[in-house]
Amino acid sequence: MSELAFFIDYSRCIGCQACVQACGECDTHRGRSLIHLETIERRDSVQTAPQVCMHCEDPICAQVCPADAIKQTPDGVVQSSLKPRCIGCSNCVLACPFGVPKYESDPDQMMKCDMCYDRTSTGRRPMCATVCPSGALAFTSIEDIMRTRQGRAINEWRFGDQPVRTKVHVLVPTEITHVDVGLIPLSSLRRGSPPADPYDVAALLEDR
Amino acid sequence: MKTGDRPRWREDFPVRWDEDHYVTRRELAKFLTLGSGLLAGANVLIAFIGLNAEIPKLPVQRIAAAADIPAGGSLLFQYPTADDPCILLRDRSGRLDAYSQVCTHLSCAVVHRPDEQALACPCHKGSFSSTDGKPLAGPPTRRLPRIVIEQRGADVVATGIEV
Repeated sequence: MSELAFFIDYSRCIGCQACVQACGECDTHRGRSLIHLETIERRDSVQTAPQVCMHCEDPICAQVCPADAIKQTPDGVVQSSLKPRCIGCSNCVLACPFGVPKYESDPDQMMKCDMCYDRTSTGRRPMCATVCPSGALAFTSIEDIMRTRQGRAINEWRFGDQPVRTKVHVLVPTEITHVDVGLIPLSSLRRGSPPADPYDVAALLEDR
Repeated sequence: MKTGDRPRWREDFPVRWDEDHYVTRRELAKFLTLGSGLLAGANVLIAFIGLNAEIPKLPVQRIAAAADIPAGGSLLFQYPTADDPCILLRDRSGRLDAYSQVCTHLSCAVVHRPDEQALACPCHKGSFSSTDGKPLAGPPTRRLPRIVIEQRGADVVATGIEV
């Protein structure tokens, strides 16, 4: 059996928030829940999607850090910022294509999912994957995923022209080999106000 | 990013954890403070243990009859165990003294030189005063441990050691 890896199956998420609660219990997170549970097209759907750090092979958050505070361990896990170094500039928060790093004002530093490094570095599963009741978050071998799930596990992304490979895999329909995220060119925004987002719930409430 | 196309500055500020050897001033200060505190604490602990430790009572042991040692003479004995050679000596004035016979330099056996009022070590020409055991010449820097002796009746007995 190959080594254990993290898999996200967004379609299985039931929005139970168990991962959000469990994340705060991890020792390295110091009581903070660092996982994101996103809503998808909230006006029309109850679909949710968990977002852990994807642990990019070339982590852009660490590349843009001016204080040399974000480090990648030899096994490819990108850690939270180092407390003595982080200056709280939030460069990483803006740079991450997955929106993972969180700036925490209380310790004045960036904190992010570190795949529960105290657990995964000793062969145990991350907190969120241990509690997920529907298997949307799984920490297991690729063989096990291929045997039990439909679709394909991919870890290649494209943001505009920028290819990104990640340590964490997501499960997608079999015909998809990588995820292409189109970027909105700034020039189109300058011409007028941006198109209204039909799923911006806050804006809908203001309209009433 | 491959190592080949990496800019020079990136080698000083690497992304990889195992390549990062930079120590911040704060980390160094923390290490020094905690390290010094630990050493100081250990010293206090050792002193506390030393103050409370029971000093083992040394046996009282007969060495010889006082009359057996003439002025300027000496006699070898073992105290407190059979592995601790000692020397009992009487100087020209008739005073009795006893010392460990083990030179404090490299543990050779010292011999009595009554004319020089000294205990001489033949190995490296070290010399100790026969009146108080302090080093007079040669490599030794620490005095010879003195054996506390007492005259009880006709006998000389050893009762302890002054280091």
